[in-house]
Amino acid sequence: MTDLERKHDRTPVPKEWAYAPAPESRDVVSLDERYGHYVGGKWLEPSETYTTISPATEEPLAEVGQATPEEVEAAVAAARDAFENGWSGISAAERAKYLFRIARILQERSREFAVLESLNGGKPIKESRDVDLPLAAAHFFYYAGWADKLEYAFPNRRPRPVGVAGQIIPWNFPLLMLSWKIAPALAAGNTVVLKPAETTPLSALLFADVLRQAELPPGVVNIVTGDGRTGAALVKSEDVDKIAFTGSTDVGKAIQRELAGTGKKLTLELGGKAANIIFDDAALDQAVEGIVNGIYFNQGHVCCAGSRLLVQESIYEPVVEKLKRRLTTLRVGDPLDKNTDVGAINSEQQLEKIRELVESGEQEGAEIYQPPCRLPEKGYWFVPTVFTNVAQSYRIAQEEIFGPVLSVLTFRTPEEAVEKANNTPYGLSAGVWTEKGSRILWMAERLRAGVVWANTFNRFDPSSPFGGYKESGFGREGGRHGLEPYLRFDNEPSHD
Amino acid sequence: MAQAPVLPRGFELPLEPRLPRVGSVDAVALEERAASLAKRSIKREAKVFALELAVRMMDLTTLEGQDTPGKVAALASKAIRPDPSDAGIPSVAAICVYPNLVPSAVARVEGTSVKVASVATAFPSGQSPIETKLEEVRWVVEHGADEVDMVIDRGAFLSGRYAKVYDEIVQVKEASGDAHLKVILEVAELGTYDNVRRASLLAMAAGADFIKTSTGKLPGAATLPVTLCMLEAIRDVYEETGRMIGMKPAGGIRQAKQAVQYLVQLHETLGVEWLTPDLYRLGASSLLNDVLMQLRKEKTGAYQSPDYFTVD
Repeated sequence: MTDLERKHDRTPVPKEWAYAPAPESRDVVSLDERYGHYVGGKWLEPSETYTTISPATEEPLAEVGQATPEEVEAAVAAARDAFENGWSGISAAERAKYLFRIARILQERSREFAVLESLNGGKPIKESRDVDLPLAAAHFFYYAGWADKLEYAFPNRRPRPVGVAGQIIPWNFPLLMLSWKIAPALAAGNTVVLKPAETTPLSALLFADVLRQAELPPGVVNIVTGDGRTGAALVKSEDVDKIAFTGSTDVGKAIQRELAGTGKKLTLELGGKAANIIFDDAALDQAVEGIVNGIYFNQGHVCCAGSRLLVQESIYEPVVEKLKRRLTTLRVGDPLDKNTDVGAINSEQQLEKIRELVESGEQEGAEIYQPPCRLPEKGYWFVPTVFTNVAQSYRIAQEEIFGPVLSVLTFRTPEEAVEKANNTPYGLSAGVWTEKGSRILWMAERLRAGVVWANTFNRFDPSSPFGGYKESGFGREGGRHGLEPYLRFDNEPSHD
Repeated sequence: MAQAPVLPRGFELPLEPRLPRVGSVDAVALEERAASLAKRSIKREAKVFALELAVRMMDLTTLEGQDTPGKVAALASKAIRPDPSDAGIPSVAAICVYPNLVPSAVARVEGTSVKVASVATAFPSGQSPIETKLEEVRWVVEHGADEVDMVIDRGAFLSGRYAKVYDEIVQVKEASGDAHLKVILEVAELGTYDNVRRASLLAMAAGADFIKTSTGKLPGAATLPVTLCMLEAIRDVYEETGRMIGMKPAGGIRQAKQAVQYLVQLHETLGVEWLTPDLYRLGASSLLNDVLMQLRKEKTGAYQSPDYFTVD
């Protein structure tokens, strides 16, 4: 404080303003003790089960099935049967009607789904409430609109459904990824076997109840739960025509090897190490918000997270200073509290991976910053972290951490920014912050990333295609492009 | 002319007619951030804390052509003791009146903690010669006003004559003497957040103790995003110079819920050090009763009829 201030007598300033807990009620969700697999419109009693938990408290939530190859085959057979005997024959407008119904039911039950998503996955309720659920419903609405317009989407190519789609989704946005997968598949006239992630099966299992409410014909959507073995069985299944996978690059590569030569269609949406690039003419306070949203949204469990911050050297100091101050205001804790900004890490295994990479960052010589933060005793937690003094060669600048950990690098010229941003095996997304429109376009032309956000980050819309370059995968989800992987066209052989 | 205080980076003197680059504001992201802060859920003791703070930060305002000494007297009583049935409710920060009513207001609040703020400098338009404005400022200060709420010359600002705006603030600051100077930007007339930021930095550089959004005489007065934009400018000045400048959103804040949203925004942008009437005011004419009603609801568990709260 300067002398200028001291001359005024000030009234005392409070020490803190602690917000009282504001938990969203759990009562809207009623869980069964045990879930089977949803096959042919019925619940199939599982031969093996495991316990799914809340990562915020480690509290067991339910027993769910660990699907064996036989159970997966049963689901595939149900999907085949529904495809051959009914679903592919009904009119496109009818298909659209089911999708519209599902969208509306999701909206109606959004609170229930949001609470369950936060409970089983650890993400803050404000995100499941304001992002996951509205977007999930929006995807069904969007693709419902395409169902009877496929001829217009692909004129003169005679689009036809592929058949049975096997879909394997990740744990970071369980219901949203489900809708990214199921909505276009059904709109295009396919039937589906979906495998939710091992740690987050519950919203998919509750979704089965939405399908019942929507009176979707049995077998059109089948849901089998389990770990990687279940996913592998689905990939190997002879009678699946298409595989859509979202998850890690390693598993994606294994799937691609497995499917080589089978003629099955494949789309992969894999990892990322996105660069968020801040130029010196950017609106700094808003750019800092974008950085925070880019990496701490959903605890950094986002494949397109802006995990590498590239700051123009002339504004490095104010940006890092603003960022650190902003980090002290992030509220980490109970995912069901409406004021929580950063929730729980999804699983113990993921927490280990984050810890290991953060340790490597410290050992390699990067400077770590973590705001003071009280973490709950039980559950899996990681403090939002920033690394400065990061070299391009460090593991934390190269490998996907998939956690709330940001690596800060600097650049001097736009050319250098492009070079550094592209210097990664991945290519899923990038962010550019500048007030100069022409520079945005110049950068977007050169960045090898599926999505380039300008003066925003992590913004999604069902009408906008999403997908990667290089080891971030191939194929697009969302938009008209997102229909294509679920369609066969004239002169394109089917896999059998 | 008063010594200009230390300036934020990129704001070096001498100030030429055109302002140096002061950075920019992204409207979409600013509004998004303001909206997300407005979603904080403030309950129970945290809410009571905010509501009581809102009372202590309030500039209870009457700025009408029909204002009379009687009206000001009633306002002053309300300001000193907002809820006669609850002695635990603190006084408001100040009453804000037109220059002619300063003597009445001063007489009424004497011996209490309530301050008298007067609008001045040809409020609300600011379209008068500088001599007239300065004369008005000296007059209200001589008659006991503790705080002066001046308006900037928007005509000069919008035509790029920033130096004129700056010089005027410096002169008014000098004329205000020991009285606190609040500089009203009238954001609704500035058109863009970039302009709001520029005007905020200009006012702070020229010596404002507080920057204030609006006169309350135009539609589109204080909003959460525009206040956030100004708080961020205050934060930048603090980071650069260590000076703590106050903020006063005014106009359009009518509900307790809004007041809590403004305070959450303040808390999470400038921190707990700003949670004092020395550095934050809420300019309002009809907010107080809603805050009192909410406070009583928190204490008794039930809403009372509006008839139990005095209309002044």
